[in-house]
Amino acid sequence: MGDWFAENGPLLGLALLDGIASAALIFMVAVGLNLVFGVLRILNVAHGSLFAIGAYAAASIGLFLGSAGLPAWASLPALLLSAVLVGVVLGPVVERLLLRRIYGQEPVLQLLVTFALFMILEDAQKLLWGVQPVSWSAPVSLMGTVDVPFGADVIPYNTYQVILLPAVAVVTLLGLALFLRRTLTGRVIVAVTADREAATAMGIDARRVFLLTFTFGAVLAALGGALSAPTSSLVPGIGASTIVLSFAVVATAGLGQIEGAALTALLIGLGRSIAVTFAPEFEVVIPYLIMVAVLLVRPQGLFGVAETRRV
Amino acid sequence: MTGPRIELLLAAIGAAALVLAAWTTPWLKFVLTIALAKGIATLGILLLLRAGQVSFGHALYVAVSAYAVAFLAPALPDTLLLLPIGAAAAMALGTLIGLFVSRYREIFFGMLNLALSMVFYSVLEKFYHYTRGTDGIRVPPLTVLGQGLGREAYEWAMFGTALGLAVLFGLFARLYLASPMGQALSGIKTRETRLDFMGVSPRRVLLAAYVLSALMAGCAGAIIAMTTRHVTPLLSYWTASGELVFIAILGGAGGVLGPFLGAVAYELVRVYAAATVADMWQMILGAVLLLVILFAPGGLWGVAAAAMRRAR
Repeated sequence: MGDWFAENGPLLGLALLDGIASAALIFMVAVGLNLVFGVLRILNVAHGSLFAIGAYAAASIGLFLGSAGLPAWASLPALLLSAVLVGVVLGPVVERLLLRRIYGQEPVLQLLVTFALFMILEDAQKLLWGVQPVSWSAPVSLMGTVDVPFGADVIPYNTYQVILLPAVAVVTLLGLALFLRRTLTGRVIVAVTADREAATAMGIDARRVFLLTFTFGAVLAALGGALSAPTSSLVPGIGASTIVLSFAVVATAGLGQIEGAALTALLIGLGRSIAVTFAPEFEVVIPYLIMVAVLLVRPQGLFGVAETRRV
Repeated sequence: MTGPRIELLLAAIGAAALVLAAWTTPWLKFVLTIALAKGIATLGILLLLRAGQVSFGHALYVAVSAYAVAFLAPALPDTLLLLPIGAAAAMALGTLIGLFVSRYREIFFGMLNLALSMVFYSVLEKFYHYTRGTDGIRVPPLTVLGQGLGREAYEWAMFGTALGLAVLFGLFARLYLASPMGQALSGIKTRETRLDFMGVSPRRVLLAAYVLSALMAGCAGAIIAMTTRHVTPLLSYWTASGELVFIAILGGAGGVLGPFLGAVAYELVRVYAAATVADMWQMILGAVLLLVILFAPGGLWGVAAAAMRRAR
């Protein structure tokens, strides 16, 4: 064990850091998916496409600012701006034109509608940004590296991935918890989640809450995408893999669990990065093995509460 | 004439029209064979839709069977051996996965199927050593019942196999949906606790339909592999699963002719249009899917059935 550790220590440390960075991104997407499901009771299959569009938009705006000669630090506000832009433009359009027609309808219909939207957005993104990989790494090079001590070793790692990404995820988690528990709007959202009829009877405009929540979820997905843009080159298909992965996180945690999703994202992120380092062929399989293993033992997810059945 | 007899008559007319089309326009044989195969796979999706469940991952079973055919073809180069083996492979995997996913409904059912098919896609892509990754595997020329056939005769043989299986599975699905097992499927959709109270296990009812749908997708996959003679991981990609769901909704989930009507319409349009709008193909499919769901929920078959009722 000691020998193995001496030899593979730095590698393991690197895997842990990779895992934390990717967990932060997965969490950003999963939490939005969860929030939207909790309130609207619709699983948005197109959530991954919002992630992809956020990523492409951030890269485009970032590259544009770069070529316009703006200073490098401007790329960070650009990330935020593109995410908000994508969410605030696409969110209300989708909610108003599409989702509003299918609230309370059969679940299979709702799934089909968001799946159709997913098909549309996947191609829209190919039309807008082409199929060639898009790379934009200004924020990563801007922030440089930081030396992370790991046992006897020191691992130099991107500041962007090891500090900024987890920081944003933690701020999102805490901010969301505070927002939902302490602000009036947050409490209204929680009330609609718990019992839509009772909330409406007390004078809450559920339609407005739906619109607000969906837009907020879209911003979170786009922000996740925008944050991921500098860390890898963008290719078609990231939307599909993102929705599948974030669903795995949400399912493992239990639908509607926000804090649970954070822990599960960490678990799955670490599992995947350790697999990348030590058994690369199994990288893609690990998250789903974790999911299947958890669901076999606890069908409602790690943190989910089993629903009582209606007759 | 009563409803079921009209349906049988229409099926016979449809089959005759397909044979005629394949005979007069030789290149259509290939297109129609693929369309019939996809129709068979969609018939499985239809069984699940009866229970109110939609799978976004059934291309998995098409691909498993197609790869089984491609792997075994050098050793067993006969279509009548490969077809049952491919279908059995899909059915075996369907039983295994079905034991797991039949515990879930709606969102979980749909998304777990999607996740598992994407895992299989990645495995096909990553394990280059065995699967040749995205290049795919070529299937060598095959014999039919031990006979080496020319190109034209081989295409007819595949077309005939696809048509024969389509008719068989269509008749079977009709009988199945009318049987207690089929009726129980609709029970899952309306309220499955009632099935429980009647002493029927909803899980087993769904599992049976799931295994059958895997078998149908497997037959489709074997036919596709033997007809195109080239298999790639794209067979299991989410777009392929989406295609099956699209065909099911386009054709209409009301009757067993729906999937075949949908598949033929889909493949014919695809042959003419897909090349010119390749970058927009999924987008167009998505838009049509939305329009059908929102404005013509019965699909093509529903529209045709309504027209027939008005005419009478």
